[in-house]
Amino acid sequence: MANDHIDITVEPGEVHALLGENGAGKSTLMNQLYGLLQPDEGQIVVNDEPRVFKSPRDAISAGIGMVHQHFMLVPVFTVAENIALGAEEVRGGPLGWLDRRRSRQDVIETSRKYGLPVDPDALVEDLPVGAQQRVEIVKALTREVDLLILDEPTAVLTPQETEELLAVMRSLTAMGKSIVFITHKLKEVKAIADRITVVRRGKIVGTASPDTSEDELAALMVGRAVSLEVQKTPAEPGRTVLKVTGLVADDDRGIRAVDGVDLEVRAGEVLGIAGVQGNGQTELVEAVMGLREVRAGTIRLEDDDLVGMSTKKVLRSGVGYIPEDRSHDGVVKEFSVAENLVLDMYDHAPYGNAFSIDLSRVGANAQERIEQFDIRCQSSSTPVGTLSGGNQQKVVVAREMSRPLRLFIASQPTRGVDVGSIEFIHSRIIHERDQGTAVLVVSSELDEVVGLADRIAVMYRGRILAIVSPDTPREEIGLLMAGITGDTPEGEK
Amino acid sequence: MTGFLRRLWSANNVTLTFLSMILAVIIGAVLIIISDADVLAKFGYFTARPSDALNASWLLVATAYGDLLKGALGDPAVFSAWFAGTATWQQALTPLSETLTYAAPLVFTGLSVALAFRGGLFNIGAQGQAVLGCLAAGVAGFTFGLPIVLNLIVALVAGVVGGALWGFIPGFLKARTGAHEVITTIMLNYTAGLFLSWLVIQKGVQAPGRTDAISKSVAESAMLPSPGGVLRVHLGIILAVLVTVGVAWLLNRSAFGFELRAVGSNPHAAKTAGISVSKTYVLLMAIAGGLAGLGGAVQVLGTAHALTPAVAGNIGFDGLLVALLGRNRPWSTFFAALLFGALRAGGNRMQSFSGISLELVTVLQALIVIFIAAPALVKAIFRLRAARAAGLGASLAKG
Repeated sequence: MANDHIDITVEPGEVHALLGENGAGKSTLMNQLYGLLQPDEGQIVVNDEPRVFKSPRDAISAGIGMVHQHFMLVPVFTVAENIALGAEEVRGGPLGWLDRRRSRQDVIETSRKYGLPVDPDALVEDLPVGAQQRVEIVKALTREVDLLILDEPTAVLTPQETEELLAVMRSLTAMGKSIVFITHKLKEVKAIADRITVVRRGKIVGTASPDTSEDELAALMVGRAVSLEVQKTPAEPGRTVLKVTGLVADDDRGIRAVDGVDLEVRAGEVLGIAGVQGNGQTELVEAVMGLREVRAGTIRLEDDDLVGMSTKKVLRSGVGYIPEDRSHDGVVKEFSVAENLVLDMYDHAPYGNAFSIDLSRVGANAQERIEQFDIRCQSSSTPVGTLSGGNQQKVVVAREMSRPLRLFIASQPTRGVDVGSIEFIHSRIIHERDQGTAVLVVSSELDEVVGLADRIAVMYRGRILAIVSPDTPREEIGLLMAGITGDTPEGEK
Repeated sequence: MTGFLRRLWSANNVTLTFLSMILAVIIGAVLIIISDADVLAKFGYFTARPSDALNASWLLVATAYGDLLKGALGDPAVFSAWFAGTATWQQALTPLSETLTYAAPLVFTGLSVALAFRGGLFNIGAQGQAVLGCLAAGVAGFTFGLPIVLNLIVALVAGVVGGALWGFIPGFLKARTGAHEVITTIMLNYTAGLFLSWLVIQKGVQAPGRTDAISKSVAESAMLPSPGGVLRVHLGIILAVLVTVGVAWLLNRSAFGFELRAVGSNPHAAKTAGISVSKTYVLLMAIAGGLAGLGGAVQVLGTAHALTPAVAGNIGFDGLLVALLGRNRPWSTFFAALLFGALRAGGNRMQSFSGISLELVTVLQALIVIFIAAPALVKAIFRLRAARAAGLGASLAKG
């Protein structure tokens, strides 16, 4: 059961935050409200009137709009076309032609009215994620909804875009709209919510006001006290393990993404790379992993030259890698937990050889890792796709940490992961560092970088702008992330 | 498109397959009745004497399907004659022999399509690969004149190599240029077919003294051993069992099987884990081609014994349906091929005894596959409490 007798009320003009871990039943609840799922029991009352929603169309006509976590936009359509989709302005009867001018005008008006700048003629695929989300919001607003459901809206946003979104939410509530804000990020909840409802395992476990402390909210969410601070001792850096000099690489469109990066990671330290997403961090890591062509520069892992080495060889030479997009690059969802745990070691002793796989070894390994890494699954033969995001990530972490490593690279290691698992994954990363492994952490969450790193490299437009200590004031790092170096002496590299 | 097919394939289960067959049989019965003028005439006075029309319909359908079963599995009358000593065991077992004869090549082509699909490739090219297999096995069969056993092995290997080559080309093109395998394999089907038509009328290939398009006969020593007489069944079906065992091992136990399943399910994650996606595509298409080529070789060396432009029949395209029916699992595909073989063998008897066109069998096969492909339809017809609906709910309920 995903929802068990939940009561929730949203008042006009308020931001009602629905807080809960992944899999707590937040989206299920909202999908019922939006007509995507039908409740088995209970009712929905809109403006004192009980309503039944058989489809999103019913919900929209009752004044409820939803912006999904994964956007429902057609990439090759323009903004105006996307917004018109499903409610097209047509002239000349049902088989008439589209009134593009009218659709365009509607977009411009709505965007002006609510202060949400969108270009009606831009192609959606050309827009950054934050702008795409704005399109979704404008789309909901053109349907004249009174209640807007935002499902994990900040999961894909940069810190700046998040700030912008929060501002938009404030102005919408000021105009009398209500917002249900689904999230598991405590800071945002505290920043924007008027009321907080915490959901755990399909039940409401508490309501809170925005001045409740983060620790209290986290404990409510997870069901036990959790530590939001990363616990670690000072690093004891040893020899240089990874040395990158003058690295140049392009992104998928052939545009320069990494433009002359020099960095060093030493054994027993965590180097954090901070930066707004899309500044070349992804490409930098992929170049190191042999997943992206190196245009110039050198990458050395102690005495090994990684340039031109296949990904398999890089992994086998003692590199562990958590890719940033777990479901895209990290796991094969149809594969069992056991198979995913050997995804990059299946043809290597002890699990197998170039020809065959020893299924009993693979199974035994799975049992061990499931216990060691606290992976919550029915059994080792359960398909990974059925696990919660946090547990899927633990599978990846367990896989990459279960062999002797020289270098460990973690990209967005806790993206889309619940609070309880974040704590665990962070402690494993620090544990790996303390074993003497060189660790490179890339995250667009500044808190995460600051918490984990012993040194922070700020990346901006394909370059390392500065390397700073984690004690540096946030504002200063934030400015560096925006490309503003000021006149700090260590300045630009 | 692959995503759609994947869903389509995974949404099935054993019940659904069984119900699809029942539905196909029912619709087939309606078609049998409609296509018979005499029975249809009795429906003209249905309101006056409904029993006439109903009895005639029942009789017609029962005889037709009876013949289908007798032709596929065996005729009880012949069995009793055998026990009474008035018929030979060969005569009693002829229907089964026919079923296995038709099924054998389909096992290979079905496995070819199924294996490729597990690796995320849609091998429409099983037909062309089978044609190349026929061609290479046939030519090897009448050219080399090697001693017994060796000649057969060489001919079979030639078939595998021919098919593998025809599979390698689209695999290589996909890995190198990204050319979609559906397009390239369809084109290669035409190429293979036309090449065979050209080859069989060339000097040195065409049977001496013949003006029609038929090649020399393969040497006796290159033929798949068969009991002979009325029993056409040959060693190919044993080979099919062995190859199914091999494919099942390859898929589930081998390192390459792990790679191909990983690539088939999520090529990005496979690549990130160090698996070479392009190498996997090339090798997989070559293996799939080899399987289909072996199917063609079995057809020539076991049944046809000479090349004609139509020697491969439809075994490659039927392989697509067999794989679909078998949901891309090796043993299910094997049994799906047996079913198709049985329908074909039974259809022959139905045609000659009940006068019902062999095309009806094709219609039955098509209907089964259509219902398999439209699980929602079957579920709606039988009002199945869709077990999958819960799964769908769970996937929506991620937050």
